[in-house]
Amino acid sequence: MRVFENNVQLLKHKVLKEVARSAFQGTLERDLPSIPERIIQGPEAETRCCIYKERAIVNERVKLALGGDGDRKNNIQVIDIACDDCPVDRYKVTDACRGCLAHKCLAACPFGAIRIIDKKAVIDPGLCRECGKCAEACPYGAIGENQRPCMRACKAGAIRIDGETKKASILEEKCVQCGACVYQCPFGAIMDKSQILEVALELGKRRAAPGGYPRMYAVIAPAISSQFTYAKIGQVVEGIGRLGFHSVVEAALGADIVAWEETRGVLSELAHKDFVTTSCCPAFVDHIRKEFPELADRISTVASPMVATARLVKSTDPQARVVFIGPCTAKKAEAAQESLGDAVDHVITFEELQALLDALDIRVEECGEGLLDNASYYGRIFARSGGVTEAVLHVAATLEPGRELAAYACDGLEECGKMLTLGKMGRLPYDFLEGMACKGGCICGPASLSHGKKDKNEVDKYARLSMEEDVAAAVRVFGCLQGK
Amino acid sequence: MVVQICIGSSCHLKGSYKVIEAMQRHVKENGLEEAVQIKAAFCLGECTRGVSVRVDEGPVESVQPENVRAFCAARFSKA
Repeated sequence: MRVFENNVQLLKHKVLKEVARSAFQGTLERDLPSIPERIIQGPEAETRCCIYKERAIVNERVKLALGGDGDRKNNIQVIDIACDDCPVDRYKVTDACRGCLAHKCLAACPFGAIRIIDKKAVIDPGLCRECGKCAEACPYGAIGENQRPCMRACKAGAIRIDGETKKASILEEKCVQCGACVYQCPFGAIMDKSQILEVALELGKRRAAPGGYPRMYAVIAPAISSQFTYAKIGQVVEGIGRLGFHSVVEAALGADIVAWEETRGVLSELAHKDFVTTSCCPAFVDHIRKEFPELADRISTVASPMVATARLVKSTDPQARVVFIGPCTAKKAEAAQESLGDAVDHVITFEELQALLDALDIRVEECGEGLLDNASYYGRIFARSGGVTEAVLHVAATLEPGRELAAYACDGLEECGKMLTLGKMGRLPYDFLEGMACKGGCICGPASLSHGKKDKNEVDKYARLSMEEDVAAAVRVFGCLQGK
Repeated sequence: MVVQICIGSSCHLKGSYKVIEAMQRHVKENGLEEAVQIKAAFCLGECTRGVSVRVDEGPVESVQPENVRAFCAARFSKA
């Protein structure tokens, strides 16, 4: 059975499941007004002042589950009434301050923000620049750090706190929709807009008329390998089929295609570029475009594995409806880019997949085992940090044996930013830079079902199960189809 | 004539690539490029009987790497 990691995840799940269930039953309009009461039954409030506020918050979640406000482009939205006005001042002097003689904090502060009042240190929030030097200097460790979890999580610097209301808001010009804040807010006050309604409605039609058109295809991210800890991947594949999908295809196959094309691109582009970056992580790509626009031409022009797989599916079935399922909130924005046309019709997350399964009472742990095997080891390891690099080096060794390629994999926006800064200064000592916005890579994505210590070995183990040994073997079928 | 060969997981494991490769070879050797178009499909719905192959709008047939040559000889024609 699925075990929820915390109540935020559970509440989100309940909302998504209710919306999906009503959509499948065709009773959404009738059910909508009663969803908040069904989820918050009372009579005692659990986390807020009263059940009425709790229900009001659930109502906002329902709106986001239905797709949210179409005028607001960003898929990541703060639920204002759920934002609990966490403390704004990052550094505070605690009761442990002894009022000593040395006042090392006073000397350490470069901004003159510390004053001594009644022998004890006091930080002037108006002057404090949150450098943390005072906390380091205090021999008693009496200066505490208390940063809002959303701000701590957001390495893009996209969270702003309103001075008066103390509510969080998102700076659109910085946000890359990585979803770190969604996962990190302990009140669940930031949520990703969902496409679960459209997907459930389309699947509902297919379930009512099996074998009909247009067919629905599920493209599954390889990060699935560390997700359904209570069932086998084959059982999850079978469960997805029971939802009404015609076929389940691994995005890792697209990753193999990407590895092949990207390596060819890198090897030729290095003739006139100092380095090239990956393009598979949409949040990383967006971060470059927003913070390092001068490096935009270094981004690989190859499509992401999601898009490559979707295009492949549509080349075999032009009417196909493709739903990408992964751990990522940024993929929702990537799929919506106008330049991609309608390659990917919908993006849902593993959380939303779980909600769809539960809405139809499909227990994957009781399903038979379906098959999912098209990609190679290298396509599958794209799910973890370092995987793309390994794949590209492997293809490079196949295409141009003996050619030296200096590659580096960075994960987490913070490290990516450091490497890109070096790149901007022309001092990046690498030819190829892999960037993943999530620390650890996609297996640690924000919309994962399990955020436990992700064993990279779990992905590698799954990757080694693939029939095709390498990228060339996985992609040879397409060359053959083209008569090459 | 359009020939669809399933490259979904089940058929892939049973040798889709070998079937496609053999069909392409047959087409080339017999000058059938104009008459026979070989295409891939993700699942023809007969996963237990792969490798699934469908000629035009006909039924889904089962072809193995072992009998693909005979299949081509019998079914592919210039007409």
